[in-house]
Amino acid sequence: MTDTSLKAVNNDDHSVGMDYLEKLSSRLVTLYLPLGIIMVSLLFPFYWMALTAIKPDDQLLDFARVNPFWTTAPTFKHIYKLLFESQYPLWLWNTMYVAVCATMLSIIASVMAAYSIVRLRYKGAQLVGMLIFLAYLVPPSILFIPLASVIYSYGLFDSPLALILVYPTILIPFSTWLLMGYFKSIPYELEECALIDGATRWQILTRIVLPLAIPGLISAFIFSFTLCWNEFIYALTFLSSNENKTIPVAIVNEFVDGDIYRWGSLMAGALMGSLPLVILYAFFVEHYVSAMTGAVKE
Amino acid sequence: MSEQALPMARQRLAIAEPTAWERLVTNRNWLGFWFMMPAAAILILFLAYPLFLGVWLSFTDTRIGRDGVFIGLENYEWLSEDSIFLQSIFNTVLYTAVASIVKFALGLYLALLLNERVPFKAIVRSIVLIPFIVPTVLSALAFWWIYDTQFSIISWSLKQLGLLDTNIDFLGNPFNARVSVIIANIWRGVPFVAITLLAGLQTVSPSLYEAATLDGATRWQIFRYITYPLLTPIIAVVMTFSVLFTFTDFQLIWVLTRGGPVNATHLMATLSYQRAILGGRLGEGAAIATAMIPFLILAIMVSFYGLQKRKWQQGENND
Repeated sequence: MTDTSLKAVNNDDHSVGMDYLEKLSSRLVTLYLPLGIIMVSLLFPFYWMALTAIKPDDQLLDFARVNPFWTTAPTFKHIYKLLFESQYPLWLWNTMYVAVCATMLSIIASVMAAYSIVRLRYKGAQLVGMLIFLAYLVPPSILFIPLASVIYSYGLFDSPLALILVYPTILIPFSTWLLMGYFKSIPYELEECALIDGATRWQILTRIVLPLAIPGLISAFIFSFTLCWNEFIYALTFLSSNENKTIPVAIVNEFVDGDIYRWGSLMAGALMGSLPLVILYAFFVEHYVSAMTGAVKE
Repeated sequence: MSEQALPMARQRLAIAEPTAWERLVTNRNWLGFWFMMPAAAILILFLAYPLFLGVWLSFTDTRIGRDGVFIGLENYEWLSEDSIFLQSIFNTVLYTAVASIVKFALGLYLALLLNERVPFKAIVRSIVLIPFIVPTVLSALAFWWIYDTQFSIISWSLKQLGLLDTNIDFLGNPFNARVSVIIANIWRGVPFVAITLLAGLQTVSPSLYEAATLDGATRWQIFRYITYPLLTPIIAVVMTFSVLFTFTDFQLIWVLTRGGPVNATHLMATLSYQRAILGGRLGEGAAIATAMIPFLILAIMVSFYGLQKRKWQQGENND
């Protein structure tokens, strides 16, 4: 009798852990209110970006007549102009092309490097792992000047290939470090069985380890892709002609003129440049988070 | 598969000495070498070599399109008397210190909030990360628009609320410009700190909190004596990255102020870009970039020290 009534009480109470110690009113002030304020401030710039992108010109700067936080006559004029009357699609393509190639290149190199560090454990593997971590800590801001002269002497100046080869210096250390963690978690016994069956190391890597490490590969891919898309200083330094530029560089250099109504097209450009990443992110949130935290946890 | 492998294995047994080719494809060290090749080639050609080249360039008077000659420490001597360079060091240190401290405080606070039981937690967490996903340059453009001299939405709102009579000149005067770029940097950095710290928080066992609550610990005591010590290692790593990326920041400044007004927001990275790429004096720019290295090493050392101290404490407390 008492047992069942206790159970009933437990079932009614959906709170977890020590939540019973808190009242709703105190949660409102200590949790929901600050959380709400932070969320609004984190999101406001995007809201403002998106809103500006769809505002008609006459409402863009006229705060007195129309409430600026909303628009009554949304227009796709700015976005249309961007997509059909500028070189924006070309820049979008450049960015995508560079990001995909650089990411693929880095993932292949990182998979091999990470596997050999974790599983082949050749002489000096520990040291190499350490060096790769240090490479992670070298920021582009101190490399772009010498790299510019390297790129120039290799004859790669103003070519997307320059970015495809240089971006992996940012991506490989990160992905290798992330994948090392994933590979370590795969039971070694599986590989031993395959070795006994006469599989080569390459077969083990492609047939056993990689299929098991797919979540890690997706994480590394998504995160690397985002980093490429975001990269600015190398693209700014190494590319000079208009039709080779990536989105961040192109928008900053081409859209920033003296026109007082430029904000509409500028924000449309920023919005369209962010959307692909946000959509990708929406599908792979968990992978993204694990990439970010995984590389830090090691 | 195994039927094929068996005769192969027999064959191998029959040959006592492995041939040179076999050694190249089966020896652990050689295999390691082959596997490392792609990554090593890229990292050596485009990271290690340029790193040394950069230090070398800083000792020469190289200009764009003209090879330089070795001039020793002349670049550094010249820079040490250059008030703009000295100001850029000051700006960079100020920018990094203020932004990192606030990012840490806000990030930790946000992580603690998200670690509570919140409805729609997964969605809330994904929204928090959005500022980190969107390319910095593009969100910086949004900030540029928000900071507009005439049509800033912040100025307008404050005026509507009656708190202000005139527009705020966000990027026009040195003090405001510094505050504005720091706020934009904090906005961009908080999600990273918060989400990584949240991952750390989630590994702390709830039973520790329950035990502490039973012992009558207050919320602050729980944070100070349980959460914080267990979180120290991850804090050290996260803050190293945060400091590193803030110190070498370029994009945000370049979009918002390009170093102005009167060089008040020039960071070392933006100054080196201006001198080396726009001004063509590669040697001098390389010297500015090289001057960042000691600061970076210092930041890394501090965080490693933080990590080690933690390990030592753990050893003392747990064993």
